[in-house]
Amino acid sequence: MDAASAASSSIKGVMENVEQPHVLAVDDSLIDRKLIEQLLINSSCKVTTAENGRRALEFLGLGDDQSNTLEGRVSKVNLIITDYCMPGMTGYELLKRIKESSVMKEVPVVIVSSENVPTRINKCLEEGAQMFMLKPLKQSDVKKLRCHLMNS
Amino acid sequence: MEVGQMQRRLIEYTKSLFMEGILDDQFLQLQQLQDESNPDFVVEVVSLFFQDAEKLLNDITRALDQQSVDFTKVDAHVHQLKGSSASVGAQRVKNGCIAFRNFCEEQNVDGSLRCLQQIKQEYYHVKNKLEALFRLEQQIVAAGGSVPMMELSF
Repeated sequence: MDAASAASSSIKGVMENVEQPHVLAVDDSLIDRKLIEQLLINSSCKVTTAENGRRALEFLGLGDDQSNTLEGRVSKVNLIITDYCMPGMTGYELLKRIKESSVMKEVPVVIVSSENVPTRINKCLEEGAQMFMLKPLKQSDVKKLRCHLMNS
Repeated sequence: MEVGQMQRRLIEYTKSLFMEGILDDQFLQLQQLQDESNPDFVVEVVSLFFQDAEKLLNDITRALDQQSVDFTKVDAHVHQLKGSSASVGAQRVKNGCIAFRNFCEEQNVDGSLRCLQQIKQEYYHVKNKLEALFRLEQQIVAAGGSVPMMELSF
């Protein structure tokens, strides 16, 4: 076994003692949702996908017609990964809504995009995004994220 | 043909697709996501790509056929096609889309039409190749063999 796979199997070993992180993945592309879902499952995460920002907010209990009940006080998810370019609500707008929420603002948000636009990246990081990653995501990107989660 | 021969043929065929630049590393990522609990992952995702691409190519064709072309719309479709082709590793289709977006920016109808033709060709090319690849895999499985995993270095 080479060094890289030895490291990944020890990470998996530690993960067995840690609760399965629950990740919400938001992307308007069905193909990309399937991909990110499988990448996350392979990293021992529990995954919920949403096809747009509105559905994502509803899932998080932050929908426009939802009231902040006591049940909403604890975040259901450990990480949110969202595509930047989405019709309706962009990933940036979703990020802002999440950061405005007293319940959700501590949840790390990762923005992904197929385009490497520095102003876009800075805007997201300034608004509180944990990380910005380029699409298409690879298994090594998700492993990096997973390590990040374990340290937080 | 016995299983070993079929497996070697599949590997050579797959390698050729990478050598010719028809597929890129992202396709390998897809294959690595497939396992016993998820044996049809690659075929499922690639099928979604075929559906998505054909719809988008039709949308782009129609949009370019209008009296007054809405390049914002065309660009949006091309952006989507670029994304899905990138996600499955269809490199030449993806590169065609990147070139196409420049013509959209210039609002260049002739350039766009030429690019569209090119992308359609590349799309049908990769579709044929992948369908042949899946057929080879099916033959191996039908003969009781297992589909060999591509190695990353070649």
